[in-house]
Amino acid sequence: MPKKTENILQDNILEYYRENESVLNSGLLDSAKNIKEEAFSFLTNNKLPDNKDEKWRNTDLSSIYSQKLTLDCQAEKYDKSIDEIFVCEVHGFESLKFSMLNGWFYSPDNEKIKVFENGLVVGSMIEAQKQFPEIFEKYFNSVIEENRHGLIAANSLLANDGLFVYVPDNLVVDDSVQLIKMLNREENLFVNSRNLIILGKNSKLSFLHCDDSINHSPGFLNTVTEIVVCENAHLHLNKLQNLNDSTSMVNSTFINQYENSNITVNVITYNGGLIRNELKVNMLGQGSHADLNGIYLMDKSQHIDNQVFVNHAVPNCSSSELFKGVLDNRSSGVFNGYIFVGRNAQNTSAFQQNNNILMSSDAKIDTQPFLEIYADDVKCSHGATVGQLDTEALFYMKQRGIGDSDARLLLMFAFTAEVTSKINIEALRLSIEDMIKKRLRGELSICDKCVLHCSVPDMPPEFDIDLSKI
Amino acid sequence: MDNEKNMNKVLDEFTSGDYKYGFYTDIETEMAPKGLNEDTVRFISAKKNEPGWMLEYRLKAYRHWLKLSEPDWAHVHYPKIDFQDIIYYAAPKKKKQLENLDEVDPELLDTFSKLGISLDEQKMLAGVAVDAVIDSVSVKTTFQDTLAKHGIIFCSISEAIQEHPDLVKKHLGSVVPHTDNYYAALNAAVFSDGSFCYIPKGVRCPIELSTYFRINAANTGQFERTLLVADDNSYVSYLEGCTAPQRDENQLHAAVVEIIAMENAEVKYSTVQNWYPGNKEGKGGIYNFVTKRGACRGNFSKISWTQVETGSAITWKYPSCILMGDNSVGEFYSVAVTNNYQQADTGTKMIHLGKNTKSTIISKGISAGKSNNSYRGLVRVSKRADNARNFSQCDSLLLGDKCGAHTFPYIKTANKSAVVEHEATTSKISEDQLFYCRQRGIDREKAIGLIVNGYAKEVLNKLPMEFAVEAQKLLAITLEGSVG
Repeated sequence: MPKKTENILQDNILEYYRENESVLNSGLLDSAKNIKEEAFSFLTNNKLPDNKDEKWRNTDLSSIYSQKLTLDCQAEKYDKSIDEIFVCEVHGFESLKFSMLNGWFYSPDNEKIKVFENGLVVGSMIEAQKQFPEIFEKYFNSVIEENRHGLIAANSLLANDGLFVYVPDNLVVDDSVQLIKMLNREENLFVNSRNLIILGKNSKLSFLHCDDSINHSPGFLNTVTEIVVCENAHLHLNKLQNLNDSTSMVNSTFINQYENSNITVNVITYNGGLIRNELKVNMLGQGSHADLNGIYLMDKSQHIDNQVFVNHAVPNCSSSELFKGVLDNRSSGVFNGYIFVGRNAQNTSAFQQNNNILMSSDAKIDTQPFLEIYADDVKCSHGATVGQLDTEALFYMKQRGIGDSDARLLLMFAFTAEVTSKINIEALRLSIEDMIKKRLRGELSICDKCVLHCSVPDMPPEFDIDLSKI
Repeated sequence: MDNEKNMNKVLDEFTSGDYKYGFYTDIETEMAPKGLNEDTVRFISAKKNEPGWMLEYRLKAYRHWLKLSEPDWAHVHYPKIDFQDIIYYAAPKKKKQLENLDEVDPELLDTFSKLGISLDEQKMLAGVAVDAVIDSVSVKTTFQDTLAKHGIIFCSISEAIQEHPDLVKKHLGSVVPHTDNYYAALNAAVFSDGSFCYIPKGVRCPIELSTYFRINAANTGQFERTLLVADDNSYVSYLEGCTAPQRDENQLHAAVVEIIAMENAEVKYSTVQNWYPGNKEGKGGIYNFVTKRGACRGNFSKISWTQVETGSAITWKYPSCILMGDNSVGEFYSVAVTNNYQQADTGTKMIHLGKNTKSTIISKGISAGKSNNSYRGLVRVSKRADNARNFSQCDSLLLGDKCGAHTFPYIKTANKSAVVEHEATTSKISEDQLFYCRQRGIDREKAIGLIVNGYAKEVLNKLPMEFAVEAQKLLAITLEGSVG
């Protein structure tokens, strides 16, 4: 009998770091080295989160921890053009595209960082550290709550590369910046990557973050993204997640918001074996607003976990959360929304909503909409529902000659539309709506190529319904 | 002083000599020595002259308790309890008999009159010797006769262990097993007394049952155990607690309440809890760590919890329903008020197991002063619970900017036909409503009392009439001085 294989991964991480310390630390700033050291001691003394931790009770990573995962501290050597493995375009959607392969910044022409004419900087984290050390040191690791759990420490320890985006003060970036992260390896790879996005004062950025699997081999992605939104800046962040069924991902995003800033985050999960999204928004400046939305469409034995934490630390801020999910087959879902209103945060308005539809008798959902409030002049509300499609609405449509499956599809599409309608780029929204439609029809299970490529709609999604009968 | 001496004597005897038997021969002692060990458990059991199986049950619970650690997940903070610094058994306390009301703490009397309690009742509650006016014994016997006519058993649990061992043996620990949680295990090991109630098949209990009618109810001590069994087609409404302030200095109350509703039976359980909340600086007060659970065993059964929580320094209480029978119904109506330094973490659990089960949760939290008030609730729909339906509404009202109101709902659904809805709001008292009242000459404090009562109306309406009136007044008293 083999011994109990609980913490193979933890030992793996520590051992790997010890063996490759020089490689992992080469070319790093001293501050970055210190962060790695702290992370190492944290991980030596603390275990990786498991379902004994309250926050992880419903998401079981033990099967991942017991696997022998491959770690790689060298940048991916890929001699082919990236276009050969994927093509990614949304019809009519113009974007500045950047890609990462297996956790490393990838550029076919080997241009590691790009400084645009208007001052926008996008590129590899390693390169940013060399070329913009002041900015890097000022913001790197400043947003994450110090070593919040073992996986974040693991990320600090092992992640060297990632995407760096710097929008200088007063710059409005017209085109969307798009990051396409791909996983393309035959081994069971453990990928750690760390992104840093900084929006200067009065700036504006629309960012699209895609996570894709290229093939069907398993992997474990552990991504940490830090975002700083300075005074009066606007961020529109869309996340598209389309991984294969044997890939797991823990995606932690930390956002600091300052005075009068405004963010919209849409997390759209199409597919993936196990996905956990941690989204933490710190409202540190008055007058800021956060709009956080999500859709998850799970089937087979997939698992989705959305953890959303909004910290209202100062007065006069507002936040809104809307997460909607459809769960089919044996899939399971978790939603934990947490609104924290501090003692000083008077005049706060916070809203939270989670709606779920269970399609099969084996699907499960755990939803925990939490409020923790210490200020009295607040308006906070939350709601959570689990249910099925409205039978009366179904009956109404069937009565008018719409087939059962079409009627269901229409209702489900309407269910998700509340979130998709918040996507600001029309081409992207149409494409996503089309994807959802296909996904709901079961036409699209695992994408062989980039998620956005699958869909080239040139008109709004159509239902095969004879409208004259209605 | 006498007690202390007495105890020291016992302690001396206990620690110096060969106390193995001495412990039992000393059965006349009023108090168990401080601390908890197997001998304490044996002492309590012997003191109550319990049969062997009961002692076994207690010991089993005690041994399990040793393996557990104190839960720390609730949103409350308090210094660690030293479980060896507690006296686990004290024979009914002999209160100093007072000659007349002049000797009673005037603050207590003030509260009484605000509650509208009659003078005679006031005397009784404050411990003044009452001879003629309320003859509680005769009150008791009158009710006992009525109950006996219907075949209803209503007695203390110690009595039930002696008189109805089969019923107790069958049901005790069947809803809250001794392994359930830290405090339930502790209670199972050392419970001193409590109530037992059995409603036979087809009987509708003609009166509201209340511990008030049981003569020894006032002295059941800190570890109370209640077992309520409603057989097929029966109905009972049970009122728990005394509606007058109990200035009890005991630190820890770990009670267990078990309810069993068989086919088509309905149990309504109402509580008005106003244990000593500690003084304005947050000193003293009761730690109220209670496990309350009802099992709807039969089809079409119904259990309804209504609680008004205004007292205790710390409340840790989740009256729950296990909806096992098909078409069974669980309800939870709660008003929890915290003021000064009080902390409450309360809510419910609705476990849907049977088909077509329904549950409703209405929780109204009110926080004032520097208090913290949390709702924590679980709604679980298991895989086989087809067509389960839940509606939860948890509102919080904040009075003042130094208190906290929190909501921690957990919803777990594993059945596609379930419909589960949860909604919650948190806000402060509406300035418009306040202005409207003030404009009409109602002073600020009264206006807030009015608004708060209106806010809690939905729950107060569920209380039996006489309870509701007192609960309303209690709300006003608890919030007194919290607004300014």
